[in-house]
Amino acid sequence: MSATTTPRAAGARPAAGKPGKARSSDKARAEAKLGWYLAGPAFVILVAVTGYPILQALYESLFSYRLTAPGDREFIGLRNYGVILTDSLWWEAMVNTVLITVVTVAIELVLGFALAMVMHKVLGWLRPIVRTAILVPYAVITVVSAYAWQYAFALTTGFMNSVVPGVGEDFDWFANKWTALLVICLSEIWKTTPFISLLLLAGLAQVPSDTIEAAKVDGATAWERLWRVTLPNMKASIMVALLFRALDAFRIFDNVYIMTQGAAGTQTVSALAYNQTISRLEIGLGSAVSVLLFVCVLVICFLAIKVFKVDLARARGEG
Amino acid sequence: MDGRTSGRWRRLVAVAGVGVVLAGSLTACGDGSAATGTPTLNWYINPDNGGQQKIAEDCSAASGGAYSIEVSILPSDAAQQREQLMRRLAGGDTSIDLMSLDPVFVPETSEAGFLAPVPEDLRATFTDGVVDGAVQGATWKDELVAVPFWANTQLLWYRKSVAEAAGLDMTKPVTWQQLIEAAQAQDTAIGVQGQRAESMTVWVNAMIASAGGEVIENPDAKGPDIRLGIDSEAGKAAAAVMQRIADAGVGGPGIDNRDEAATANLFQQEGAAFMVNWPFVYAQGKAAAEGGTMDRAVFDDYGWTTYPAMAEGTPAAPPLGGIDIAVSAFSENTDAAYEALQCIVSEENQAAYMVSDGNPAALESVYDDPEVQEAYPMYDAIRTSLQAAAPRPQTAYYNEVSQGIADQWQPVSSVSDRTPSASQEYIGQVLKGEKLL
Repeated sequence: MSATTTPRAAGARPAAGKPGKARSSDKARAEAKLGWYLAGPAFVILVAVTGYPILQALYESLFSYRLTAPGDREFIGLRNYGVILTDSLWWEAMVNTVLITVVTVAIELVLGFALAMVMHKVLGWLRPIVRTAILVPYAVITVVSAYAWQYAFALTTGFMNSVVPGVGEDFDWFANKWTALLVICLSEIWKTTPFISLLLLAGLAQVPSDTIEAAKVDGATAWERLWRVTLPNMKASIMVALLFRALDAFRIFDNVYIMTQGAAGTQTVSALAYNQTISRLEIGLGSAVSVLLFVCVLVICFLAIKVFKVDLARARGEG
Repeated sequence: MDGRTSGRWRRLVAVAGVGVVLAGSLTACGDGSAATGTPTLNWYINPDNGGQQKIAEDCSAASGGAYSIEVSILPSDAAQQREQLMRRLAGGDTSIDLMSLDPVFVPETSEAGFLAPVPEDLRATFTDGVVDGAVQGATWKDELVAVPFWANTQLLWYRKSVAEAAGLDMTKPVTWQQLIEAAQAQDTAIGVQGQRAESMTVWVNAMIASAGGEVIENPDAKGPDIRLGIDSEAGKAAAAVMQRIADAGVGGPGIDNRDEAATANLFQQEGAAFMVNWPFVYAQGKAAAEGGTMDRAVFDDYGWTTYPAMAEGTPAAPPLGGIDIAVSAFSENTDAAYEALQCIVSEENQAAYMVSDGNPAALESVYDDPEVQEAYPMYDAIRTSLQAAAPRPQTAYYNEVSQGIADQWQPVSSVSDRTPSASQEYIGQVLKGEKLL
């Protein structure tokens, strides 16, 4: 990223933030108090509905507990975690999940940016049509989209074998790990690229047009304007889009559940948690998988916020 | 208090009043059946062609106000049916009175204490004249805990012309080896279920049982104490059949993602001239021929016989399936539920259900019904097969065992002589809580 423009953009905004806080007036304090009054109830409810299940999962994960044999419930400390972390299936699921996350988010970011540019640039009567067309996949429920992609590629109902060149008529996409993962990723990308492009569109709208004009006058090419003006000014939006999508992609479940049910080595971490908790009814082991999944999500958040300095408030134009 | 404030209070009181009245009437809705003296029984059914719904209506009407049955439909997949029922039962859901339950999940449900005991005086009513396998499937720890409704079994389906061209004598039991050779010679496929799903366990269990083995030696045991019999001569024989199917390339396209429905379609579309499958394929083929989606000549070419044997001279132990109906331990109307069950599983209803939905009856006498015989010309093969059938492992840990088999024996092309020992070790570790599934 450009080192010349980022500090300028970053330096310009906090001027209204931190120094202002030091000289906070009574009015500011009253506003902060009102803010707590307004947001407080929602905050309490949020903590109750998310905090309680998380704590319960943490507690349950220390037990050997099968839902259909409550009498055999036994405290086993961290043994569930030991079982999971030494199991090759967990690591296979982890590798698959990371792979799906990295591949889909990277492609979605590039594609999403291109689509955001199209939505941003297109004018006149075409504008609402283009925006709607781009956003349609995101309006489709993930399970429905997963079925649609599965039916398109399945041997019995699919048409892909007659469309994709070099593929035999009897080719089974879901029998091979890599082709199955490819279809899973394609479906994920198709479905969620509009989400990224929507977040990036908001970022594009925040890029000051006079800066671009100035760059143009200075003789910067379109490519230079993109890399040196537009992208640096959108950094916050890009990072937020990246964080939201990475968290979302890491919890991938629907596509895998519908298309392969984890067969052909396509297991993911969420599907693994589902299988232990819901299918096997092993609440203890399943809770431990869920807790580990939660830890992974926390790590992603930590990396994004502390290392990559994603500022969630600024991306919404509040800074 | 000024006029405006008192007006606001009046509005608030009015709104609260409406709320109380609404809540009261909603509660009244819930208890409506109790007020009229007719308990409403909620029956969770597996999806079918509407046969169970019709039985529910007929029995409600015939009860003379003793009960009224309403049906709720479960997911189509057996594993998902179990998930939904278990979750509800574990939560003590009182809205379930009756449930259509796959026999393989009877032990788990019973062991967890989710089933209301079958009244002593009704046991004979529910088991007299019922095929043995179906009674076994509804029994756990020597006690009848559910009521057999219909009993399913798999047959070997074949295209008569192809079997004839291959020189197979289908009047005698055929072996897997003969089928593989015939399919190879005729350049066709054998429709088997190679998907990583419960259908894989059905196939593997049938082969192991047909070779004289058993998947679980002590099915009553708790998970960690279960002794598996997969790593045995019978298990190796089953693996050898799969290997031969893969090596000969007679599994057909898409074998790794094929369940019973996909197998039936493959057979219908002439992609396979042989298949092992449940009798619903006949009704499905007939409907396709009548609907014009399949050539009538192809349907007329359908042949059937008992399940393939593992070795010549040793009869096969075909898969046993079906549906039992159980009464929930959390039901508030268990007496009415058992009264309703007597009507639901009556001979008349079983016969009508077999004709309308293609699911074979659990009562042997139904096979003598001329209407059933006309609708299902293979009635005798079904009856013979049901008598020889072997149930899937009756264990409270069926889900683990089944998923473990499906995981290790799939894809078919990966099965080798090491598969039985590897799967036995894996499932053993899963049951001991040492492995993820």
